[in-house]
Amino acid sequence: MTTQKLTLAKGLNSGLRAAMEADPKVVLMGEDVGKLGGVFRITEGLQKDFGEDRVIDTPLAESGIVGTAIGLCLRGYRPVVEIQFDGFVYPAFDQIISQVSKMHARSLGALRLPMVIRIPYGGGIGAVEHHSESNEAYFAHTAGLRVVTCSDPGDAYWMMQQAIASDDPVIFYEPKRRYHERGEVDIDETAGAPLGLHQAAVRREGTDLTLVTYGPMVKTCLQAAEAAAAEGISLTVVDLRSLSPLDRPTVLDAVKKTGRAVVVHEASTFLGMGAELAALIQQECFYHLEAPVLRVGGYNIPYPPSRFEEEFLPNLDRVMDAVDRSLAF
Amino acid sequence: MSDEPTVRHHESVVTPAGEHDITDGGPDMVQFLDAEGNRLETNESNAPYAEIVEALTAEDGRAMYRDLVLVRRVDAEGHALQRQGELGLWPSLLGQEAAQVGAGRAMRPQDYAFPGYREHGVAWCKGVPPENLLGMFRGVNNGGWDSNENNFHLYTIVIGNQMLHATGYAMGIQRDGAVGTGDESRDAAVMAFTGDGGTAQGDYNEALVFAGVANAPVVFFVQNNQWAISEPNYKQFRIPPYLRARGFGFPGVRVDGNDVLASYAVSKAAMDAARAGQGPTLIEAFTYRMGAHTTSDDPTKYRIAAEVDIWREKDPIKRMRGFMEKNGHADQEFFDAVDAEADEIAARIRKACQEMPNPELPTMFDNIYVDEHPVVAAERDEFVAYHASFEGAGH
Ligand SMILES: Cc1ncc(C[n+]2csc(CCOP(=O)(O)OP(=O)(O)O)c2C)c(N)n1
Ligand SMILES: [Mg+2]
Repeated sequence: MTTQKLTLAKGLNSGLRAAMEADPKVVLMGEDVGKLGGVFRITEGLQKDFGEDRVIDTPLAESGIVGTAIGLCLRGYRPVVEIQFDGFVYPAFDQIISQVSKMHARSLGALRLPMVIRIPYGGGIGAVEHHSESNEAYFAHTAGLRVVTCSDPGDAYWMMQQAIASDDPVIFYEPKRRYHERGEVDIDETAGAPLGLHQAAVRREGTDLTLVTYGPMVKTCLQAAEAAAAEGISLTVVDLRSLSPLDRPTVLDAVKKTGRAVVVHEASTFLGMGAELAALIQQECFYHLEAPVLRVGGYNIPYPPSRFEEEFLPNLDRVMDAVDRSLAF
Repeated sequence: MSDEPTVRHHESVVTPAGEHDITDGGPDMVQFLDAEGNRLETNESNAPYAEIVEALTAEDGRAMYRDLVLVRRVDAEGHALQRQGELGLWPSLLGQEAAQVGAGRAMRPQDYAFPGYREHGVAWCKGVPPENLLGMFRGVNNGGWDSNENNFHLYTIVIGNQMLHATGYAMGIQRDGAVGTGDESRDAAVMAFTGDGGTAQGDYNEALVFAGVANAPVVFFVQNNQWAISEPNYKQFRIPPYLRARGFGFPGVRVDGNDVLASYAVSKAAMDAARAGQGPTLIEAFTYRMGAHTTSDDPTKYRIAAEVDIWREKDPIKRMRGFMEKNGHADQEFFDAVDAEADEIAARIRKACQEMPNPELPTMFDNIYVDEHPVVAAERDEFVAYHASFEGAGH
């Protein structure tokens, strides 16, 4: 074991660096990713070390970024593109939905788009409009895309490398409000990644109820589990890590053991990941369930101004409220 | 057949710093005042606008100067309020006052402005109370003013989106027959604002295509402040925005964005033409972002202080003041009075900001739809009940 204490941001940065060292075809593109290192400094130092050919400050146009990344893929490169904030991915929506997701199938398997689209997402940072969105459901809904998200520095480091190694396009969601969270990361090359890119992780095992969550809400759910334990309630916390595909066995096993499930995410609940998970769980665990699957998420309104966000986003109280309701059912 | 290629590639005229002087707008740039405020001779580029400048009175000049000073003060107050934790973010217009005041003053009340997020000076000229701009940066709303009150649209943060809205609005003006009637109070046009970085965006380019095809009464006002966060011009375009206008089928003009007389004259000519039914113009105001991109940014990471120093010498307020002093258009008493007024406005803004109430939480469910929506209505009720459940519970 070779461990390092890293922030989640540094884990991503180190993961990118490792992937660039391993494969000269890996190139980074995005707005301000060069000298500035991105507005969150995730690409800090990489242009200096790998040059302007491999870390490209692009013109300010997201459709352009993703569209040209497709062309680079066709020419044998593995572009990792940065979308500066969640709310700025939409100019690229057409390229992602119409082209990125479908190219492999349209070419009957001849063409591959080994592209990673990095999106810092979620709220809780007091930002202005368009800087706090959780739009993962749009992409998870789209066949042909893989969608993943990390919740700690270790996953940041390993999942980034796995995503880049994937021959399918991967949307990589980064929980921006957790960028500065620290943790021990085992960076031992020979041991490799502790989990596959599309495996879920059981972060805490309990007996009464399973919280199914991902990204920035993993920490919130672990805190809820801690609080619940103090009240004698034992919670399992499943960190999905992969939103498409879902690691069904891990989720279903956990729910079968506890008989109750609450899905937690920042995104609005209507047609969000929670809807899919609730459907899946009721279908596969029907006879194990003691209560309906509940969802805790953002309300079904556009992401509100920041003075509202504390009440808009799921927090410990709202998670506990759902836990209580499930247990009381 | 000759060996000459039929299409010649342009030499890039926009190159990395060091390879060309990014503080020099070149000979095409329309300019009336030099950095000290001396009135420049008529030359090929400013000649078409000389008449407009000649028609300005000393009173007009004083009014422009007042606007410059007041918007700088409004901006400084916004910046200070952010530093003191009263605002979450502030994008400063420092250095771009003349570009914005020139454009803003060229608009008539019936003309409509579509700003980005840095157009506090245009807002001022359109009569928007500066206090109204603070809400979105304080996080109490996402805009929060009624655009139709002052014909000043909400700020748009997603780069480029508003350019299409501006073109569409101008198409509406055309359909209303409010162009080319010769009625000064009826004919209207639109001004659309974005930055140098914005010119790369698809929406921007589509807006120019649509405006050209419709010959719509819209003026695209690009503030080229040399930077798009950390990216300099040469990472956004090979040919500067004003030269690209021709490719969309309408004229482009580069103006000295730190010269309020030039900015006003070029904007007025373009807006007059648009209102008269002559179609769009693109104005590139050559200027500089003196501060950080926003209060979240650290420009020392990507640009050198020497560049900022050169631009400081081109300060728009110093220049206009120099012009007025040299020509005896204003005395010390006037300048002092403007400063005093700036102090008053700053105090007023500060007070308004500090007193801005936090919105009632359930109002986040308001105005999502025009007609009631059952999901939103149910969630609002649940939200209220949920919060009521904590009352008296020690939370
Ligand atoms: C579609 C979109 N992508 C990215 C951003 C993030 N962003 C905000 S401002 C900015 C740079 C804008 O530069 P420019 O157009 O020159 O305007 P300036 O800020 O210099 O006034 C970027 C990349 C955004 N707001 N919208
Ligand atoms: Mg700019």
